[in-house]
Amino acid sequence: MSSFLQNLSWLVRPPADFRSRCGQIAADPAQGRSIIRSLATTALDTNQLLRLAKTIHKYRQTVQPDDKSTPFRLACVTNGTPDLILGALTGTAPRYGLALECIASNYAQPVQDILNPDSSMHRFNPDAVLIALDWRAMPIAATLGASTNDAVNRILDYIQVILEGVRANSKAPCIVQTFPAPAERILGSYDRLLPGSPSNVLGRVNLALCDTVPRMGGVLLDVAALAESVGLANWHSASAWNLAKFQFSEACVPLYADYVCRTIAAMRGKSRRCLVLDLDNTLWGGVIGDDGLAGIQIAQGDATGEAFLDFQRYLLTLRNAGVVLAVSSKNNDQTARLPFRQHPEMLLREEHFAVFQANWNDKPSNLIAISKELSLGLESFVFVDDNPFERELVRRTLPQVAVPEMPEDPALYTLALSSAGYFESTSFSTEDSNRAEFYQGNARRAALQSQVTDIESYLESLQMEIWFQPFEETGRKRIAQLINKSNQFNLTTRRYTEAEVASFEASSDFFTMQVRLSDAFGDNGMISVVICRASSDLEWVIDTWLMSCRVLGRRVENMVLKEILVRALEKGIQFIRGFYLPTDRNSLVEHHYSNLGFSHVASHPDGSTEWLLPVEGANVLAAPMVVHSESLAAQ
Amino acid sequence: MKDRIEEGLTEIFHDVFEDDALVVHRDLTARQVQGWDSLTHIRLLLTAERKFGVRISAAEAGQLKKVGDLMDLLHAKIENHP
Repeated sequence: MSSFLQNLSWLVRPPADFRSRCGQIAADPAQGRSIIRSLATTALDTNQLLRLAKTIHKYRQTVQPDDKSTPFRLACVTNGTPDLILGALTGTAPRYGLALECIASNYAQPVQDILNPDSSMHRFNPDAVLIALDWRAMPIAATLGASTNDAVNRILDYIQVILEGVRANSKAPCIVQTFPAPAERILGSYDRLLPGSPSNVLGRVNLALCDTVPRMGGVLLDVAALAESVGLANWHSASAWNLAKFQFSEACVPLYADYVCRTIAAMRGKSRRCLVLDLDNTLWGGVIGDDGLAGIQIAQGDATGEAFLDFQRYLLTLRNAGVVLAVSSKNNDQTARLPFRQHPEMLLREEHFAVFQANWNDKPSNLIAISKELSLGLESFVFVDDNPFERELVRRTLPQVAVPEMPEDPALYTLALSSAGYFESTSFSTEDSNRAEFYQGNARRAALQSQVTDIESYLESLQMEIWFQPFEETGRKRIAQLINKSNQFNLTTRRYTEAEVASFEASSDFFTMQVRLSDAFGDNGMISVVICRASSDLEWVIDTWLMSCRVLGRRVENMVLKEILVRALEKGIQFIRGFYLPTDRNSLVEHHYSNLGFSHVASHPDGSTEWLLPVEGANVLAAPMVVHSESLAAQ
Repeated sequence: MKDRIEEGLTEIFHDVFEDDALVVHRDLTARQVQGWDSLTHIRLLLTAERKFGVRISAAEAGQLKKVGDLMDLLHAKIENHP
């Protein structure tokens, strides 16, 4: 099974004319981007990735970077040979909608590069620093049988120096890799207990990293787990290390690059959120319309039935982790619902799905309908169907939807879906675990909205309550998460680390606000964040204003502005100044300030616009909701 | 079999040196190919290992003087472990 992972089996195979398509990119700049993206979504091998990377570099020199990808600058700190990895990362990045530029630290002296604020690495001004160290090139000689602590601490100290060096010279968060154990053993199973053995030392280092890395504001990249999934003997290649200091087998480079890119995508809020499932031969064996309730395979005691049960169990786990589930099936509605209602062994039930589309429309149309009902963009969607025709149709029509190749054998469905890494996450909060419920509430709200014609009585019927509170410790994680993930309703798209968020709490130059909302359908959790900076005694500049798109169309932003105005008045502030900095994702809020009654002050050459609102006399349309405002006396 | 090796190597050379016009023959040496340095040399060997399902040791790699040597080495390895 190791080749299943190494071959990226959930991706379609590269086209036979890969080379000539690479040539097309340069020849046809208008189509170049979509060709790059479509090639990158196939299972390219290392050489193909390197070739695509070179093509991308050339393409970028000739074409303006106004595409829909998210730019990202990655600095790699490594004590191995980075050449294969850098190219593979650049070639893989478009798969995740990223335009990646990367450099590597000086091979011989990674630490010196980090500690020198003027090194090429810091001048590169990275968005993140990848710490990709190989223990074979680290100063950790351990004595067998002696206390393991020394060796563990030496490695941890070394990493600590790097993390602190990065922090001192840059705002970029670190992505820190865990260390895979070597494939070779000394005394066999006993190695795990044997102080000083590599597997003992590295195992304890990895455990410690789980604690250190998040505390330092970094992100963990579990290369140890990746190597174990592939098989340590497949992952490591002694000859590749001896010949060229490649840290792992050449065959694993595309898989590794995919893991790094999916982590970066997760840091930028580009992970997928909604999983749309076919029914027949996807959630159960057989065809409910033909085979009937007694004929479909979904039961203990039958190997195929158990495979589908396993898959359903995995889907339920994903739902508990915040993934929204939906159904798109070519069926009569009543027939499609039958197993969920009447089959005793089904684990998935109707209430687990936010939207249930069983009809005879084509699947792309259904996906668009689901996307509208959930107010969730198609770029957050994954579509799972056993039928290659449906998969191909969705891929061609809606290239922004991720469509994994599904294995013939349903026993491998879970492995395929999980290996694809669509739901990669860099943190987990209770809000995440409740997300599926939120969206289900959203779908019900949409249904309600279509019954209530007049918006005012609709908003009334939602029974909204809103809470305003300055930043504080318990909300900090979620605030940082929203700041780093919100792309659409985000006026300035400024990203701040958790440490920076904490610094705003303490500073008297900043007015901060976290906003929570509940309604008749449930608690929406934290949905908006505002940071204002006092530019003088009389003026606040809105540094950051973002909101979750879940609560669009309810005048929450009006209520937020009202609250800002109340607090500004208390402080003797006379003007609120706002900026809109356009990105490829936030055109939603282009008219945000004019809608709220701000006056247009200036349009700047970089495309940004500047707005001003006098505090006194500002007239903001309110929404029907109960307001809870915590005293901001501390600020 | 010899054809298969020659075809496979041609594809690998085209990929690694990004030159689809490169003619791969027995007497070809590193000096004749632009970009054939120590790194691309190792990429050639690693890709050949993966594509042909064989292992090449550092000692074997060190004895290769021209493409023909690599062809013979691959031939011998595939013969022994078909």
